[in-house]
Amino acid sequence: MKLTLKIWRQKSKNDKGRIETYQMDNVSEHMSFLEMLDVLNEQLVSKGETPIAFDHDCREGICGMCSLYINGEAHGPDRGITTCQLHMRKFKDGETIYIEPFRAKAFPIIKDLVVDRSAFDRIQHAGGFISVNTSGNTQDANNIPIPKNDADKAFDAATCIGCGACVATCKNASAMLFVSAKVSQFALLPQGKVEAKRRVLNMVEQMDKEGFGNCTNTGACEVECPKGISLENIARMNREFLKAKI
Amino acid sequence: MAVLDSKIPQGPLKDKWKKHKDTINLVNPANKRLIDVIVIGTGLAGGSAAASLAELGYNVKAFAFQDSPRRAHSIAAQGGINAAKNYQNDGDSIYRLFYDTVKGGDYRSREANVYRLAEVSGNIIDQCVAQGVPFAREYGGLLDNRSFGGVLVSRTFYAKGQTGQQLLLGAYSAMNRQIGKGKIKMYNRHEMLELVVIDGKARGIIARNLITGEIERHSAHAVVIASGGYGNVFYLSTNAMGSNVTAAWRVHKKGAFFANPCFTQIHPTCIPRSGEYQSKLTLMSESLRNDGRIWVPKKMEDVIAIREGRKKPTDLSEEERDYYLERRYPAFGNLVPRDVASRAAKERCDAGYGVNKTGEAVYLDFSSAIERYGKEKANVLGEENPSKERIVELGEKVIEDKYGNLFQMYEKITDENPYKTPMMIYPAVHYTMGGIWVDYNLMTTIPGCYAIGEANFSDHGANRLGASALMQGLADGYFVLPYTIGDYLSSDIRTGPIPTDTPEFDEAEKSVRERLEKFISNKGSKSVDHFHKKLGKVMWDKVGMARNEKGLKEAIEEIRQIREEFHKDVFVPGNMDELNPELEKATRVEDFLELAELFAVDALHRNESCGGHFREEYQTEEGEALRDDENFAYVAAWEWTGDPGKAKLHKEQLTFNDIELKQRSYK
Repeated sequence: MKLTLKIWRQKSKNDKGRIETYQMDNVSEHMSFLEMLDVLNEQLVSKGETPIAFDHDCREGICGMCSLYINGEAHGPDRGITTCQLHMRKFKDGETIYIEPFRAKAFPIIKDLVVDRSAFDRIQHAGGFISVNTSGNTQDANNIPIPKNDADKAFDAATCIGCGACVATCKNASAMLFVSAKVSQFALLPQGKVEAKRRVLNMVEQMDKEGFGNCTNTGACEVECPKGISLENIARMNREFLKAKI
Repeated sequence: MAVLDSKIPQGPLKDKWKKHKDTINLVNPANKRLIDVIVIGTGLAGGSAAASLAELGYNVKAFAFQDSPRRAHSIAAQGGINAAKNYQNDGDSIYRLFYDTVKGGDYRSREANVYRLAEVSGNIIDQCVAQGVPFAREYGGLLDNRSFGGVLVSRTFYAKGQTGQQLLLGAYSAMNRQIGKGKIKMYNRHEMLELVVIDGKARGIIARNLITGEIERHSAHAVVIASGGYGNVFYLSTNAMGSNVTAAWRVHKKGAFFANPCFTQIHPTCIPRSGEYQSKLTLMSESLRNDGRIWVPKKMEDVIAIREGRKKPTDLSEEERDYYLERRYPAFGNLVPRDVASRAAKERCDAGYGVNKTGEAVYLDFSSAIERYGKEKANVLGEENPSKERIVELGEKVIEDKYGNLFQMYEKITDENPYKTPMMIYPAVHYTMGGIWVDYNLMTTIPGCYAIGEANFSDHGANRLGASALMQGLADGYFVLPYTIGDYLSSDIRTGPIPTDTPEFDEAEKSVRERLEKFISNKGSKSVDHFHKKLGKVMWDKVGMARNEKGLKEAIEEIRQIREEFHKDVFVPGNMDELNPELEKATRVEDFLELAELFAVDALHRNESCGGHFREEYQTEEGEALRDDENFAYVAAWEWTGDPGKAKLHKEQLTFNDIELKQRSYK
């Protein structure tokens, strides 16, 4: 395959940034998208140029480190996967591909395609936990039965990988899907109910402080989420928030 | 030869840990506030240790090279976590878990450590449930278990195929609580590049801020290495791209012994390579071997026809297929342990029977299972004389319920439908049992420097059982280190803050700067990856699944040569004072190039086959691993002497009082 790549280059946080064009020949359809970028970088290095910085680590769709806005979609054209699981067979010979970073006020660009998502961590510091110390003497794991349905729903919410695709996709750059996934996971489990009120209030407050936008129920986040986190979680967080406020 | 002191407590096996906890020194709560601890890595071991130490009152500084602690590679573990809870009432016990682990490790682990691991395994499940980890449950609301890796009981707790993720997020949440309180100071996108030793004790590190490039000094009363394994020395492995040996290797070069580096686990069910651009390999859960049958064609002409696309695997009749695991191991069949299954695949492919273009793939076929399940299902539904198509339809549905997510993952990567055509698989490097030598307290040979999780040489001997890595990481971090570190720190309560303006810090920072500057100013002609790939090929071909004296000697020469070329001819673009991924790779590969040689030296010296270490000269007539308990029942702990090829060997003799040594047989 031959491809034209239009890639966002930005030297540092304060640099203005611009799109640059690269030509790629001999792209195999079996390559992953990131392997295609590896090959491009290898070519840049051999010419003595600065390679393109992008985040990645596990390359199997679970660590949440990779990002990229590809042809206007977070994690590219395929559904239910992250960028590292995207393969070149999803593209056509001769195609032009636009590659940009995840864009949001709360995700400042560090370099090229690398953004700072530490706002997500700070929201979790505010309440994404159950206050239990490591003791080795906590009660037996089977002392509190949990209905399978609740446990399964909590699990589904807990599969969020914190990649930020929801924020990048949302026209308001809202982090509601991300925050609601953690709020839901704990709200559904008896162990998490004790601190439920404090948790939702603190996490929402931190979310607002970080500069994320509000949710207007367009549902784009759910479509682009690589883990299929459901909008139901946002509804549950809203209920939890109301309960805590009243 | 110096004798290593493993500090195993006296007394009967089952009382050792309890007695030890009762008698070691403690630090009182007011004094804990005066003590700083550095933790390198935030996976299951590092994350759980950082959280637990902060809860106890220590001031923790945690470091991760990723942008968040939640990204550590523990997150990719799929299958589950073992614990001797005996919820299934199937005869499990602490002793059985202990026994299975020592046997599975081919009798090359320390009895006392493994027993302690089995002892605290149940606490891990209690702790995780209290934290809100959503394990799989049954309809009665209680926790579900499954069986794993050929043991005789169901003791594996799981959260679908994402157990590692859920456990790591549990540890991450515990960390978050302490970060919010200010008890953990988190340093994301920071990489440890040197250990600082003052008066013989570990007192700090030199780290690089990966965004600004700044070289930072951090001091502490103790340093905990939880930086994971070194499988990426093979270039291609199932490890994350960033997984590296640097923290462990830097500690080794400052005096910590490195134990059993050649003990590597090669996982049999991974997706084969597709081309030269390949950056990593993807593992699929070993649970697939419960229903998949592994085969290659019997006749070479069929192999060639398949490679050239003239025949499809489904064209071959039963008689034309060689189900080699079932042939060689009638008792265990496709469910032999990981090391045995991997070697058998290599044997067939080396003989020329590999079924893809590279010649490195075998089939994992679900058609028998689909037919069997389809017939069963038709019976249950009361359908008489169902057509072949109907049976396949019903059978595929059953398979989808069991392995749907794995089949989907396979299809996404290979663009082949595994319901209709057999999967192609090949073994890949997955986990390293070797690592930094530690005593019973998890302290390395440098006072005040600890190693936990995959980074230490640990409890798995020469081969790790499935679902035991998560158990060990969390056991070390939640339940062992927080106790044992107090014993050491109790003598440090009057020390006060460790200053960073000392000659030792000056010296360590200077050496780091020089290393980095050398790379930046080295105007070579080849990329870091060029050398890493070259190293990986040597490691895989000569120090991989099967090793022999001649190959290992060649490998040592070749590794030295690659190392020399690397230093002469590597090109690192950009500067030190910016985000520079190529520079990060350069320091990591520099350390891999040294470790690789020690790895080969260790494999060469161990004149026996055990677990993941298979020396072709030492096998039974049937081609099975031949252990030599008389001469090699020891841990090989290597001391740095300035040259990885001339490391000094120290032996920790392993004694087995509670277990009888036996030859493993899976016939």
